[in-house]
Amino acid sequence: MIPIDLIQSTAEMLMDKAAIEIPQDYLDGLRATAAVEDGDLSSFVLQAMLENYEAAKEDRRAMCGDTGCPRWYVKMGNEAQIEGGPIALEEALRRATANATNGVPLRPNRVHPLWRTDHDNNVGINAPEIEYGYEPGGNWIDLTTVHKGGLFGTDYRMLFPSDGIEGIKRFYLDSLVAFGKRGLACQPAIIGIGLGGSKDTCMVLGKRAACLRTVGDRNPDPQIAKLEEEFKELGNSIGMGAMGFVGKSMVIDCHIEVGYCHTGGMQMSVHAFCLSSRRAVARIHADGQVEHRTDPDWFTPYQRRETVGWNDAHAQAAE
Amino acid sequence: MTAPRKIALSTTPTPEALAALRLGDVVYLDGTIYTAREGVYMRALEKNANIPMELPAESAANFHCSPAATINEDGTFTLGAVTATASFRFAKWIGPWMERSGAKLIIGKGGMTSADYKRDFVPNGAVYLTTVGYGTGALLGRGVQAVKAVHWNEELGLAQAMWVLECSGMGPFIVASDLQGNCLFERENAKIAPGLAAAYEGTRPATLKRYGETDDRTDEVI
Repeated sequence: MIPIDLIQSTAEMLMDKAAIEIPQDYLDGLRATAAVEDGDLSSFVLQAMLENYEAAKEDRRAMCGDTGCPRWYVKMGNEAQIEGGPIALEEALRRATANATNGVPLRPNRVHPLWRTDHDNNVGINAPEIEYGYEPGGNWIDLTTVHKGGLFGTDYRMLFPSDGIEGIKRFYLDSLVAFGKRGLACQPAIIGIGLGGSKDTCMVLGKRAACLRTVGDRNPDPQIAKLEEEFKELGNSIGMGAMGFVGKSMVIDCHIEVGYCHTGGMQMSVHAFCLSSRRAVARIHADGQVEHRTDPDWFTPYQRRETVGWNDAHAQAAE
Repeated sequence: MTAPRKIALSTTPTPEALAALRLGDVVYLDGTIYTAREGVYMRALEKNANIPMELPAESAANFHCSPAATINEDGTFTLGAVTATASFRFAKWIGPWMERSGAKLIIGKGGMTSADYKRDFVPNGAVYLTTVGYGTGALLGRGVQAVKAVHWNEELGLAQAMWVLECSGMGPFIVASDLQGNCLFERENAKIAPGLAAAYEGTRPATLKRYGETDDRTDEVI
């Protein structure tokens, strides 16, 4: 049984880490990008960002004043048991979000869409988002918080099989160029692409591809992995860099996730995570042990399974 | 590759200091700045509320920002990171606001259009400074010496309130418009534009169009 107090205290620590500490994989990616950027202003911007991450860590203050919209990804092993059950879990995550908003502090961004009511704690109707996943075996729970920006850099489009890769490329470039000008997408960023599913699934997959996969990670489908490489290069060849200045740093990495879709369609979504790529993860074991990390490790073979049953997939792999 | 010029600037700048700024210069600010965005603009300009500061004597620097900050129970403030919000959304209020407040520095994210600059900034002798990145919130937070006051917090909430910040060497910011109304981002867009066709080579437009791609609602989108 995982104690609920431990979930809440761990969640509060994750909120702090996500806002303040740049994940190492993104930092390495940005340093590599900064090393080859030769646009005057783009280079200056990247250097300022690298200094900013140091300042954030030294001062224990948020990297960015717009601390985004905190959200939660919860993954449970099949044997995990939470003290108080799922209702207690959700309350603990909501409380951790509210406490950390005042504690770090974060910006209280969340308001009612019509009445602009602000609880000053990033909690409200359907906020923060809490999404779930499960894994076979294990009595642990993984908590991932992502503080993603909430305004620019995301788009969806219904494409069709006849649009082909050429159409996918066009919409990808359109999204980067549209939001890249003046740097509205806060690039260079990890870009996530969702393909297929239905409209909502497509958005979910693309957002998770941006927020829950690390720089350098590749899709296990070798042809999709090749597309990811190609799209990274394509995004960096637009001639645009940080803040929309002349340069070549738009994409730190590109991740593609797919879902089976209607036979007539090819849904597509594009999501830019931001310059601060705020994510933090912890696994809490039943014995109370807590392990912190920055790789959500969300897209396991189980999450990408194609077969009816998980055991079927195992049997297939064995053959 | 040449590094941009770095300039220290007062938040109540002289006309000469403003005239010396060139697009792409990097600026660090000394003095008092205040945050004002849609909440403050609507309250001051549409509801004609009295502005709770002496403007522009106290400050001529309007920051499009909501800080990551909190008001403690004892009335003190905890301020962490500071980052701007996108300014293009405030274009309709910016002219009247500059006339009312005497603001000479509008600071935000991503700038406005050269049409906005020529219409509203040039007649008021003002320039636009953009934040960098846009996530240099921790660096900007370091430049804030103290929170002097928070106005209209009750009426507008923490994110829309008027935060009055005492700054020293606060930056970096980049000069994104000059006194002639030239726009740094439009200059960069123009440099990038000729190369776009090469990046798009081998792509094709979507089979299904959307309204917005045609503004004629009598058109079909297929």
